[in-house]
Amino acid sequence: MHRDDFPMLRQDIIYLDNGATSLKPQCVIDKMTDYYENYSANAHRGDYDISYKVDLEYENTRDLVKDFIGAKRKEEIVFTSGTTDSLNLIVNGFFSGLLEAGDEIILTKTEHASNVMPWFRVAGETGAIIKYIPLDDNNFVTLDNLKKVVTPKTKVISLAEITNVVGDIRPIKEITKFAHERDIFVVVDGAQSVPHIKTNVSDTDVDFLAFSAHKMCGPTGVGVLYAKYELMQNIEPMNLGGGMNESFDAPDKMVLKEVPTRFEAGTPNISGVIGLGEAIKYLNKVGMDKISAYEKNLRSYLIEKLVSIPHIDILNIEADSGIVAFNVDGLFSEDVAYYLNKYGICVRAGSHCAKLTKDVLGVANSIRVSLYFYNTESEIDSLVELLKDKDKIMKEMF
Amino acid sequence: MDKELAREVILENFQHPVNKSEVMGSDYQKVNTRNPNCIDNIDLYIKFNNDKIEDIHFLGEACAISTASTSVMIKNLIGKTIKEAKEYINNFYAMCDEEEYDDTLLKEGLAFQDIYKQSNRKHCATLPYKGILKALEEYENK
Ligand SMILES: Cc1ncc(COP(=O)(O)O)c(C=O)c1O
Repeated sequence: MHRDDFPMLRQDIIYLDNGATSLKPQCVIDKMTDYYENYSANAHRGDYDISYKVDLEYENTRDLVKDFIGAKRKEEIVFTSGTTDSLNLIVNGFFSGLLEAGDEIILTKTEHASNVMPWFRVAGETGAIIKYIPLDDNNFVTLDNLKKVVTPKTKVISLAEITNVVGDIRPIKEITKFAHERDIFVVVDGAQSVPHIKTNVSDTDVDFLAFSAHKMCGPTGVGVLYAKYELMQNIEPMNLGGGMNESFDAPDKMVLKEVPTRFEAGTPNISGVIGLGEAIKYLNKVGMDKISAYEKNLRSYLIEKLVSIPHIDILNIEADSGIVAFNVDGLFSEDVAYYLNKYGICVRAGSHCAKLTKDVLGVANSIRVSLYFYNTESEIDSLVELLKDKDKIMKEMF
Repeated sequence: MDKELAREVILENFQHPVNKSEVMGSDYQKVNTRNPNCIDNIDLYIKFNNDKIEDIHFLGEACAISTASTSVMIKNLIGKTIKEAKEYINNFYAMCDEEEYDDTLLKEGLAFQDIYKQSNRKHCATLPYKGILKALEEYENK
């Protein structure tokens, strides 16, 4: 759907690496260019017209994000540089002050590095303990399995709504309900879910949500941290400086601005934030429900074709998202990606930044196809045709 | 080396590499070698005997070119003195860098003679050599 909106699709490529980053529609590119060409002033500073327009556009994105994820107030939306930045802010600015020795942090082994490493460090610093939810036969998370690891010492559960290799959609609402009955915080890594399925934080009731603009038709270098308003006061800003203070007279006399501005020190990524706003408008126009339904169908189409190829081993047949990970029997994933690249097909090979995942999948590396709404059945046909012939792969992989 | 033969050598050494197994024991020195821009990851296990390389094994996950290159390197280095090994390694690098080299020394290593044409695969062919150089340096500084 909507292929004409994407300048990159005029090239002779088949882009199947949307989990890494999505393509950008013309309207987002134009919106950012418009800022640079017509009102490229700083935000929250000037007392002149074009700077005022910057403020309007910048804050308008905050409203758009709020509605897009179903938040209650715009103050709950903090602009960051991406999911990684958002997760680090929440771990270091909120949980590092709260965790004590023996407290438990619950993760899963299929999380992205950005939702593991900050927790590893804070565990090291505080003496908190990392535990993992056991995964079921499909490597999915279930509420029953979560119950097996939660104890009175559990303080936080941090997990992706959709993981970037297994691609399962986690039951976030049930998990959060269970967690909140026990005063456990829930942090959601929305990097792979917010771009693909409808998100409603008021419905799921999660405490924190992190995601990136660049995976949802927006620009690189911008992301969002959503935090419940009542928790925001307790997040320590990681960066101090311009734009986030009311006054500073002495070390013990620093007055910070209100949330969320106090978390956005320094000149922000203005064009990026404005671009994110346009991306959200665009996704709303396409329709999030349509996007997820379309991707689900496309995935089934791909799976159906792949299962009939005997030398292909699919690692996540049952998952519901647009992510399909597989290997070609006896071949190294990077060689297969290299072969596909000769035909203009872009897929990712490797561990996909989820290095703990090898413990559950039994393999460290795989080829990952990640779909978005502009991919087509005919693109999948081309991919499958190239994968069918193992001799050809072996002949052309180096 | 003829192009078809080169392909066969690479494929054969990828599918049936020599000495692909972990070796435990204090007489083996272990080095890890990888490249920053790809996922190849190889451990080399090297046994020195005075100034000789007595044995090399390897284990890891790597692409066809890296794996084949490791297998070929192992065949060519076992039994060599450190001095001979260095001469071989220098010639292999010279070949990959399109410089002058002695083609009588390289044997199956010649299968990689066209690798300079694929600049993004050169680091695959030289990956095991990076590892062995690290091991030699460690051994000599002991
Ligand atoms: C599940 C998941 N979490 C976090 C990230 C990190 O996102 P970013 O690189 O935009 O910070 C990614 C992106 O690859 C991801 O897939």
